[in-house]
Amino acid sequence: MIEVKGLVKTYGNKRAVDGITFTVKRGEILGFLGPNGAGKSTTMKMITGFIRPDAGTAIVGGIDVAVDPVGVKRQLGYLPESAPAYPEMTVEEFLRFIAEIRGFRATGEKRARVEHVLRLTHLTSVRTQTIETLSKGYKQRVGFAQALIHNPPALVLDEPTDGLDPNQKNEVRTLIRSMAAEKAVILSTHILEEVEAICTRVIIIASGRIVADETPSALRARQPGARLDEIFRTLTT
Amino acid sequence: MSQIRPLFKREFLGYFRSPVAYVFLIAFLLISVSLAFSRYGNFFKAGTASLETYFLFFPWLFMFIVPAVGMRLWSEEKRSGTVELLFTLPVTTLEAVLGKFLAGWAFLTLAVLLSFPMALTVAFLGDPDWGIIASTYLGAILMAGAYLGVCALTSALTKNQVISFVLSLAACAMLVFLGLSSFTTTLESFLPVGIADVVSNFSFVTHFDAFTKGIIDPKNVAFFLSLIGFTLFLNVVALER
Ligand SMILES: Nc1ncnc2c1ncn2[C@@H]1O[C@H](COP(=O)(O)OP(=O)(O)O)[C@@H](O)[C@H]1O
Ligand SMILES: [Mg+2]
Repeated sequence: MIEVKGLVKTYGNKRAVDGITFTVKRGEILGFLGPNGAGKSTTMKMITGFIRPDAGTAIVGGIDVAVDPVGVKRQLGYLPESAPAYPEMTVEEFLRFIAEIRGFRATGEKRARVEHVLRLTHLTSVRTQTIETLSKGYKQRVGFAQALIHNPPALVLDEPTDGLDPNQKNEVRTLIRSMAAEKAVILSTHILEEVEAICTRVIIIASGRIVADETPSALRARQPGARLDEIFRTLTT
Repeated sequence: MSQIRPLFKREFLGYFRSPVAYVFLIAFLLISVSLAFSRYGNFFKAGTASLETYFLFFPWLFMFIVPAVGMRLWSEEKRSGTVELLFTLPVTTLEAVLGKFLAGWAFLTLAVLLSFPMALTVAFLGDPDWGIIASTYLGAILMAGAYLGVCALTSALTKNQVISFVLSLAACAMLVFLGLSSFTTTLESFLPVGIADVVSNFSFVTHFDAFTKGIIDPKNVAFFLSLIGFTLFLNVVALER
């Protein structure tokens, strides 16, 4: 579903992403793991067509993002890091706007979509609140709702549980797991337990390069008896 | 292109989601009306039933007021990070640029049209030439669009609204000053007359003046429209960079 081929991005004289290649099939949840500044967000921005790669490309549902970026954007749900949203809009207004942009113009259909994601992400109680008045956890849910509104076949989530309390983290993980069967999901994180908890596969990157691409259990088997964060440290330093 | 509609709607209604829009509209009316009644405007002394003195200040007023509307167009999206959301939705850069520009233009048009009570006052006091009033409104709206095109472009260059405002103001001031006779004379002192003519031909004042005299010259309409087209094109280029 998502095919990433040799992505490269350089900022000034710094290689943020240095030749990343992988594929994600439907039903897979890929954990994108790496220390801060490893190039996770930059890779995701190239997959979603927000920034243009210096080399390489991404193909989503058979569409090349370099050839038809809008076509790729139609198939993707994307939660950018820190879940940006228009602060002066209410949750409802914002989701209605996203629904319209996603092509649900008929009133009934639009309402159905918005209601569905409001329930799915437990936002019903704050639906008439402006986004600027929401707590971090609720803001994150708005970002989630926005990414799910068109039931996309591919999801790209940049640190979806960042800044949430343990209960909220758990809730988000349950939500992701419940949708994963028919979707291809990439999620970035720097929390190791998260990977074990929900990912079917894990890619570890450091300084823009892939240093491991395997199942969580294979990762654990690298150093039997060692803690996951020890293995992570060995790989990324 | 059907994507322009939701973008337009969000942006236009966005003006009214904060008190800024109301403050802006009221300030615009207060300033424009008081300028007309000031000793520079001579609204009464002019002794004619026309809006000429009222519209006289529009090129100058727009120089400050349009950057205030235009500065947030892109700077705000960049600062808050929503630009990443916007450009990962299924919209092209052109659609986004047009949606935002048209919303800002509609807002400015609303501001200009809210001065219509001035026209009614004039009609009550005398017998104005409605043709002139209509052509002046048309000119003012076109000029507002051209100013906004410039401001939208400068706004796309920075995420800092203050820098965006100052850049816009500078660009707009250039476009006004080019038409002042003293400025033109200065230009002629070191540029060949031909070039000085071409440069001063870019002034908003020159092109707006004809409208206030009731002349809808296709050349002036084309000037404002092509300036809008050109700045929007550069806007797309600046965002895709
Ligand atoms: N717009 C930018 N300009 C310059 N450097 C950038 C920019 N975006 C990211 N970088 C750099 O690229 C590297 C990778 O960043 P990022 O992809 O955000 O990492 P991660 O998401 O893994 O924490 C970092 O060193 C960061 O400083
Ligand atoms: Mg990141």
